[in-house]
Amino acid sequence: MSTTGSQPGLVREAVEVLTFQAGYNTNAVLAGSAMLGLAAGVVGVLALLRRRSLVADAIGHATLPGVVAAFLVAVALGGTGRSLPVLLLGAAINGMAAVGCIFAILRYTRLREDAAIGIVLGVFFGVGVVMLSYVQDPANTGGASPAGLHHFIYGQTAAMRAGDAMFMAVLAVVAVAVVLTLFKELALGAFNADFARVLGYHVGVLDAIVLGLIVLVTVAGLQAVGLILVVALLVIPPVTARLWTDRLVPLVFIAGVVGLCTGFVGAAVSAVLPRTPAGSVIVLCGGAVFVLSLLVAPRHGAIATAGRRIAQRLRIAGDHFLEAAYEHRVSRRGETAIPQRTVDAMQRLWGWPVWMRPLVLGGLQRRGLMRRTEAGFELTEPGIASGARIARNHRLWEQYLLRYADIAPGHVDWSTDMVEHVLSPELVAELEAALADGGSENT
Amino acid sequence: MMLSPALDLFPLLAAILAAVCCALLGNFLVLRRISLMGDAMSHSVLPGLVIAFLITGSRSAPVMFVGAALAGIATVVLVELIKRLGRVEPGAAMGVVFSVLFALGVLLIERAARNTELDADCVLHGQLESLVWDGPSSWSALGLSEVIQAAPPSIWTLVITCVLAILLVVVLFKELRLAAFDPAFGTSQGFSATALHYVLMVFVAGATVAAFEAVGSILVIAMLIVPASIARLLTDRLASQIMVSVVAAIAAAVSGYIGSFAIPDALGVTEVNAAGSMTVVLGLILVAAAALGPRYGVLASIVRRGRMARRIALDNLLASVFRAEERGRSVSAAVRSSTLARARRRGFVKPDAVELTETGRAAAAAVVRRHRMWESYLVDEAGLAQDHVHAPAEQLEHLMDTTPNESTGRDPHGRPIPGTSSD
Repeated sequence: MSTTGSQPGLVREAVEVLTFQAGYNTNAVLAGSAMLGLAAGVVGVLALLRRRSLVADAIGHATLPGVVAAFLVAVALGGTGRSLPVLLLGAAINGMAAVGCIFAILRYTRLREDAAIGIVLGVFFGVGVVMLSYVQDPANTGGASPAGLHHFIYGQTAAMRAGDAMFMAVLAVVAVAVVLTLFKELALGAFNADFARVLGYHVGVLDAIVLGLIVLVTVAGLQAVGLILVVALLVIPPVTARLWTDRLVPLVFIAGVVGLCTGFVGAAVSAVLPRTPAGSVIVLCGGAVFVLSLLVAPRHGAIATAGRRIAQRLRIAGDHFLEAAYEHRVSRRGETAIPQRTVDAMQRLWGWPVWMRPLVLGGLQRRGLMRRTEAGFELTEPGIASGARIARNHRLWEQYLLRYADIAPGHVDWSTDMVEHVLSPELVAELEAALADGGSENT
Repeated sequence: MMLSPALDLFPLLAAILAAVCCALLGNFLVLRRISLMGDAMSHSVLPGLVIAFLITGSRSAPVMFVGAALAGIATVVLVELIKRLGRVEPGAAMGVVFSVLFALGVLLIERAARNTELDADCVLHGQLESLVWDGPSSWSALGLSEVIQAAPPSIWTLVITCVLAILLVVVLFKELRLAAFDPAFGTSQGFSATALHYVLMVFVAGATVAAFEAVGSILVIAMLIVPASIARLLTDRLASQIMVSVVAAIAAAVSGYIGSFAIPDALGVTEVNAAGSMTVVLGLILVAAAALGPRYGVLASIVRRGRMARRIALDNLLASVFRAEERGRSVSAAVRSSTLARARRRGFVKPDAVELTETGRAAAAAVVRRHRMWESYLVDEAGLAQDHVHAPAEQLEHLMDTTPNESTGRDPHGRPIPGTSSD
């Protein structure tokens, strides 16, 4: 399907693939992978919310003996054993059996879910390996060749035909339709199964629907990405979407889009570059989107989180500085100048790293709370007011903690330091009022 | 079919060593409910191996071990990071990490390491059968020094990993136990549960890579989790759990290995994959343990439940005859039931009529006493309404041996409580 040529050739080919001009078969592969990604992303959200992500891994691994068994049955009944629907039917039956085994272990033994998943995954795969080694001998299969069975382990997207792509599309439509129809029930079941039960929903039925969809997607994904990596299709898009949103509707939408795009791009890359197994490329595309999201997502991304944390730390350091400067001014009877060596002492006291000092002091100056002088710094009028407010909050808190929280006097300073920065002005006013009331009652 | 040293000595040895070191470490994974870390680890060491191979060009044990250990640590760190930033459950975080790393490994093998000795299939399935040895064909001709000289490098890797795993468990037994059951308390006792977690994970990665040649990386999961799970179904003490898991692992390794050719041989077909057979045997042992375990087995609990049901039926029979006699009524002699027959056999009921014997009356009085005392208790102390106490008392009378002490001599319905006022 691809020829390694010069760089321009590669680009032209890439454009052809991406614009559906690279031939009927390639189009089928692209459309099929994209549809599969969409279905898996949507179903994966439900799996993630029900904490069933790795059940999909067990189902994936457990399909191996089902595929081989279906092959043997087909051969015994006189077929060639190469019929894809038959093999997938075997896989689906075994996937269901794996789910049954996991629930049986949880129901009848004291083993936990993690062990149950691991046991089913390992033992079923072991059975599959034994059966696979059994069918390698033509004598055992009446001469039918088991070649192609092991494509189910790593997947072989290139073998996808137009019919398979249609199947994936139908699957995606079914998955999206089921999720849309049962959205309210599934959301309730996912977030609060007990409440759903109280309201009269059959949580067992909802669970069965979700597990049924997981099995369906897993089996459909076998051919494309193989049984080891199929779990990635179900896990990566929802976890990626989780970084971008806290709401369920966008979560489903983003997960579906991520699945669709990674399926499409992964299959396209695999079609253009030689010797790139599509399953791995699709998963790696998903991984790349995930890593990118992990870094840049606005609320839960690493960069945003780190930025917020630094901003908070700078704000607290600025508050500390203002408060200390205010106290300094009070103790020196109105002396507003803050000499350089006092700033040095403060920096040492709070253990500011070198980079923090200019940022904190610069920030205070920019906010007009402080200005630079010959000898060092000086609080402005708003700076003094601000310092007074912070100092008063600190005192209020100390009072509150001493009186109402029964904290020892020796510990109060440390505790107030932490809370005074996170309180809103409204809450401070409320506390102040409460303290005034309590004080008048006591005296 | 006989085992021959040339064909079977080293494969069998490798299988046993791999089984033992995986089982030892698996105990702590299962107890800490991170069994799937074994799953994640066995997938994610693949890129570690491939990258180590691509950098050094060698497949020697130390190189592979370092690659696997680094990949193992990377897995743990990444899972922690994603759990924290992505706010997802550990399972999903592991799923993301290991599937992406595994995909990377497969791609690297396809792109860069093709046509080398490293191929994904052997990593996945294990190549026990490849450890054949050009040695003597009878066991009597076997000398120890000869064996040591001929042992292939993968055996030595396994021996070292196994010895290290045993040392880890023996030396750090107390710490590992504490970390398994109460990591926060362990940390307060002055050793870092987190550091121990990383040590354990490095060992799991090491065991995975040492064992993958013998049993294959996917089956390492079974070797890690299943023996410890079997032991968990059979015992409550950590030391005995570890022992049982090791015994189960060795039994599965030996019988799985022999079974992989002996059974197909008997059936007249070619032998099957030995590593797969071992996990099948492990699965069978697990099913047996779940069914037949003395305390937690399904059969044991059925027996216990049956025994309890029979005791309750007997209690109820005696109590209703007692109540009938108390009211001066007689019970129809035409009553037939297995419980009545049992009561007669045990001498509680007279053989010819449905009347209590002396021992029967004492036993019945005890049941009725418990019932009525519970009713008093529920009305006086728990504040239940009079007409609501019969049903709960009916359950408590069978389940509790001790009965409430104070007694007014009469139950809330005004009936005497046997064994108090009459004494």
